[in-house]
Amino acid sequence: MSTTPTDRRYAKSHEWIKDEGDGSFTVGITDHAQELLGDLVFVDLPEVGATLDAGGDCAVVESVKAASDVYSPLSGEVIAVNEALDGAPETINEDAFGNGWMFKLKPSNPAEAENLLDAAAYDQLVSEED
Amino acid sequence: MIYEHSRAGRRATAQAPLEMVELSGIPEALRRQEPPALPEVSEMQAVRHYTRLSQKNFAIDTHFYPLGSCTMKYNPRACNTLASLPGFLARHPLAPDTHSQGFLACLYELQEILKTVTGMHEVSLSPAAGAQGEFAGVAMIRAYHDARGDSARSEILVPDAAHGTNPASAVMCGYKTREIPTGADGDIDVEALRAALGPQTAGIMLTNPSTVGVFERRIKEIAGLVHEAGGLLYYDGANLNAILGKVRPGDMGFDVIHMNLHKTFSTPHGGGGPGAGPVGVSKRLEPFLPVPRVGFDGTDYHWLTEKDCPESIGRLSAFAGNAGVLIRAYIYARILGREGMHRVAEYSTLNANYLLKRLMEAGFTAAYPQRRASHEFILTLKKQAKELGVNTMDFAKRMLDYGVHAPTTYFPLLVPECLLVEPTETEAKEDLDRFVEIMKTILEEAQTQPEVVRQAPHSMPVRRLDDVRAARELDLAWKEPSLSG
Amino acid sequence: MPFIPHTEQDVEEMLGAIGVASIDDLFDEIPPALRCGKLEAIPPGLPEMEVARLMQSRAKADGQPMCFIGAGAYDHHIPAAVWELTTRGEFYTAYTPYQAEASQGTLQLLYEFQSMMTALTGMDVSNASLYDGASALAEAVLMAVRANRKSKSKRVLIPRTLHPAYRKVVKSIVRNQQIEVVEIGYDAESGQLDQQELETHAGEDFAALVIPQPNFFGVLEQVDALTDWAHGHGMLAIAVVNPLVISVLKPAGAWGETGADICCGEGQPLGAPLASGGPYFGFLCCTDALVRQMPGRIIGKTVDLDGKTGYALTLQAREQHIRRSKATSNICTNQGLMVTAATIHMSLMGGVGLQRIAAACHANTARLIEALGSVPGVAPRFKGAVFHESVLTLPIETKRALRALAAHNVLGGFDLCDDYPELGNVVLVCATEQRSDEEIEAYRSKLQRVIESQVETPCQLKPDW
Repeated sequence: MSTTPTDRRYAKSHEWIKDEGDGSFTVGITDHAQELLGDLVFVDLPEVGATLDAGGDCAVVESVKAASDVYSPLSGEVIAVNEALDGAPETINEDAFGNGWMFKLKPSNPAEAENLLDAAAYDQLVSEED
Repeated sequence: MIYEHSRAGRRATAQAPLEMVELSGIPEALRRQEPPALPEVSEMQAVRHYTRLSQKNFAIDTHFYPLGSCTMKYNPRACNTLASLPGFLARHPLAPDTHSQGFLACLYELQEILKTVTGMHEVSLSPAAGAQGEFAGVAMIRAYHDARGDSARSEILVPDAAHGTNPASAVMCGYKTREIPTGADGDIDVEALRAALGPQTAGIMLTNPSTVGVFERRIKEIAGLVHEAGGLLYYDGANLNAILGKVRPGDMGFDVIHMNLHKTFSTPHGGGGPGAGPVGVSKRLEPFLPVPRVGFDGTDYHWLTEKDCPESIGRLSAFAGNAGVLIRAYIYARILGREGMHRVAEYSTLNANYLLKRLMEAGFTAAYPQRRASHEFILTLKKQAKELGVNTMDFAKRMLDYGVHAPTTYFPLLVPECLLVEPTETEAKEDLDRFVEIMKTILEEAQTQPEVVRQAPHSMPVRRLDDVRAARELDLAWKEPSLSG
Repeated sequence: MPFIPHTEQDVEEMLGAIGVASIDDLFDEIPPALRCGKLEAIPPGLPEMEVARLMQSRAKADGQPMCFIGAGAYDHHIPAAVWELTTRGEFYTAYTPYQAEASQGTLQLLYEFQSMMTALTGMDVSNASLYDGASALAEAVLMAVRANRKSKSKRVLIPRTLHPAYRKVVKSIVRNQQIEVVEIGYDAESGQLDQQELETHAGEDFAALVIPQPNFFGVLEQVDALTDWAHGHGMLAIAVVNPLVISVLKPAGAWGETGADICCGEGQPLGAPLASGGPYFGFLCCTDALVRQMPGRIIGKTVDLDGKTGYALTLQAREQHIRRSKATSNICTNQGLMVTAATIHMSLMGGVGLQRIAAACHANTARLIEALGSVPGVAPRFKGAVFHESVLTLPIETKRALRALAAHNVLGGFDLCDDYPELGNVVLVCATEQRSDEEIEAYRSKLQRVIESQVETPCQLKPDW
C-alpha cells in the first residue's frame, strides 16, 4: 500500500498540491491515480504562462488503453513544467509524489487550497472507491 | 518486411513503362533528386510476401468472428465479382449522366430500398463510413435548429454505453455532450433523461437495440420526451442487423439515422474499411441531406448537387462517397429481396439467443440475464477474473488458439470484464456449438492451468505484444538499417 | 435461403434450447405496435444468375468511353497482382486489427504502407489512411488548428487553385467548429496561387496555409516560397499532393527551409480503380512533432513476450473509442482494403516505376495539349508549367463541346465553368499513361469537327456554389 504524504493536499479527482513556501505550489497526480491508469506512455503538460482555473482540465496523462484529464486543484499561472516527463512518462508510475511532479503554479487565490482534502481524508476517499 | 526483399536496381516487374521519358518543362527546382525509397522487388517476391502476410490474419472467410457490434457476417462473393465488372470499375466519377445511367440506377434503387427498410423519408448515400454518417446526421440536426433560428441548443445527449464515435461526432459538429445513465435492466434511465432535457437539448443519439444488446422498450416514450423538449432523435445504425425487416427506426420516432452498410448489408470490412454510412431522415430534415444524391425524373437518373439542394450540409468527400461499396450493398439487397431482409433479423437473433442460452448453461454469466438478447449479447467474466485471476483479455487471447476470433472485449465500458458476442445469421448451429465447447474448455483451463490462459495465445505468429513499448518508443515507419543503427 | 445455413431441424432444436415456440417469440420485447409489416416496396429476392444479368446490363449501359478527365481521379494501369492479392479473403473479410496477434498480416501491411508514404512524401510519419483526399484535407485543417502553438487562430488560408470539391468538403466538415476558411485567388496569367494577394494577409493571424502540388489546374506551385512564407508568418504549411506525381517532384518534407508540416492527398492514383469515385483513400503524413494531433489509426512496431518483432495499433488514446468527446476525430475505420491495394501497388512499381508512370503521364498530357492546341481557337489558358493536367480555352461553349464529344464516346475533360465562371469557355484535360497516341488523335479530330460544326456561344455565368 502506498503511503500518502501528509505535507500536501488532495483533490477528489486525484491530484495533489504541495505548498513550496515561496508562493508557489507543485502539482501532480497521486500514486493511486497512476496505479489506476497503469503504465503511462505520454503526458501532455500545460504551457508555462498559461492561466488555469481551479477544477479546469489542464493536462492529460495517457496509458495504452486510457487517457485521463488532469484538473488543476487551484487557479493560477503555470510557472514551470516538469520537462523530464517528456520522453519519460514512466517517472509518474515510479514516483508520483516526487520526481513525477507535473507543474508548478503561482496561485491567484491560495485560499482555494482549503477546499482540498488532507491525506487522511484522501485515503478515506480512496478506500471508499473500491 | 517487404523492404527485406529489396535489392537496389532490381526491375523485375512488368508493371511500369520500360523507360523513363524525359520530364520536359518541369523547373529543376521543383524536381525530386532521388527516386522515393520504395522496395525494389520482383513481382513474384511481392506476391509471395503479401500472400504470406494475408495468412497471418483471421477473417470471416477463414474463422468464426463473433466481434460484437461489428456484424461480421459472410460477404457474398457475387457482390464483389459483379461490382468489379469493367463498366463499374472504369467509370470516371465525373462522367456525364449520359454515360452513368446504369450506375445511377443502382444507386437510386439502393436509396429506395434503404428508405423502405428504415422507414425514413429520404436517404443520402454519400457518407463514406458510419462515423461520417454520424457527423452528417448531427450536422443536419444543427442545420435544422439553425434554420429555425433556434440556435441556443448546445447539447447532444448520449447514453453512457454509447459508441465513442457518438460523442466525438457531436463535438465535431460543435456540440457539448451529456451522458445519460443506463438502468440496471439495460434500458436507458428515463427519469435521468427527463431531468437532462431542456431548451439546451439539440438531440439525443441512440442505438436500438442498444450497445448492451437489448431492445430499448420505452423508445416511443423517449421519442415523445425528446421531441417535446424540442430535440431531435438520432439513430446509430450500428445494430440495424438486429431489427432489419422487423422494426423500422422511422416508426420508432427517429428523425435521422445512419446505416453501416459494411455491417447490415454485408459489404467487406477490408481489414478496417472502406465502409459506407448512408443517412436517412424524416421529412423535416430532407433539405439538409449531404450531397450528392441521385434523383430520377421518370426517365433518366441524375445527380442532385449543391445547386439542387441549397440548404444541404454540403459535401463530405470529393465525389460520391464509397460508390463501390454502395454497389456491393445494392447487389446484396437484390439477392436477399424483401423476404431475405426479414430473415436477417430473425436468424441473427435466433443465433444470439441460442448461443447465450448455451453459454449460460455452461456456467457463464449474462450481463442482462432477465432480458431477451437481440442479435448480440454481453457476458461478464467478473466472477472468473476475481476467483481465478483470469480476465476477459486472457479468455479472448486463448480463443485465438482455438481458431475463433475473440468477441469485442471491454465494451461497453459500463459492464466490467465483458465480452460482447455477435454471432450473425450466417453461422451454422454446429459452429455455435463449437464455440460453446471452446468456451467451456477455456473455463476448465482457467480452473486447472490458469497460466496457459494468462499467457495465451500460444499458436499465433506472435505472442502478446508490448503495447506500452509501442506507444513509448514510437516506431511508425521502416528505416534503412544503416540509418537506424 | 441465401447465406443462412439453418435447416428446419436446426431451428427446432435451437428454439427448444432457448425455450420459445417460434422465432417470432424472440422479438417479444419489441412493442407490437412498432412491428413493421411486409416490405412490399422492396423487390423480391433474385438468384445470383438473375442479379448477374441485371448488373451486367447496368455496367454495359455506361459504356467504356475514352477518358480524358482527371480532376482528382486518374485512369492509371493497375497491375493484375494488386487486386488478385487484395481480394484474398484474409484481407478482404478481416476487420480492424483489434486482436493484434490474429491480425499481424493487416498490421504489418499497414506499417509497410506508413513506411512507403513517408518515403514518398518525405515526411516523418504517416497514419493508416482516412476516407479520401478531400476529407483528409479537412482533417489536416482541424489538426493544424489544434497543433499550431504559435497561433490560436481558427482561420486557415486556402487557395482557389485547390480542387473546388476539396474546398467544399473542408467547409462542410470544419464549419461547425467555427473554423473560417479564407480563400486566396490565382494569378490569371500563370495559374498559380496569387502571391501578391497572399501578401495582403501577412501580419494577420492564421493557423495554416494550404499548398496544392500540382494545383487543380495542373499547374505547379512555387512550393518552396509558399512554405517559407507560411512559416515566416507563424502558420503551418499543409501540402496537398498527388502521390504519383510527387514521385518525381520535390517531396513535401523538403519544401522550403524546413519542409511542410502536414502532407495529405488522394491515394487513388496508387492502385485504386476509378470506380465512380470510391472507395479511394486519403493519406495524411506529418512531422514527428505533430504525431499526437494526427487523427486515424496508426500502427507501431514493437516486440512480443519473447522479444519477437510484431505490430500493433498505437497512440490509441487519441481516438474516439478511448477519448470519446475529446478525440482528435470521430474517425473509426480507415480505408484498409484500399491501402492494401496501394501497398502492393507501390511494392510492384518501386520508386523508379512510379517515376516512369508519372513521367509517361506528363509526356502524354504534353502531347495532348500540343494536339488539341493545333485546333483553331484551342490553347492552354495558363502559362505556368503543368504536370499531367491542363486548362484549355475553347472557342465554343464548353458544355456543348463536351456533350458533343461524349456522344462520340470521348469524355473530353472537366468543365470549369461552374467553379470558375470568370475563365470563360475552358476545359481541364488529362492524359494518363493509358491514353495512346491513337486516342489522343481521335480526341483531336473529334474536337476539331465539333468546333467546326458549332457556333460560338458564351459560357453561362453560374453562382459559385
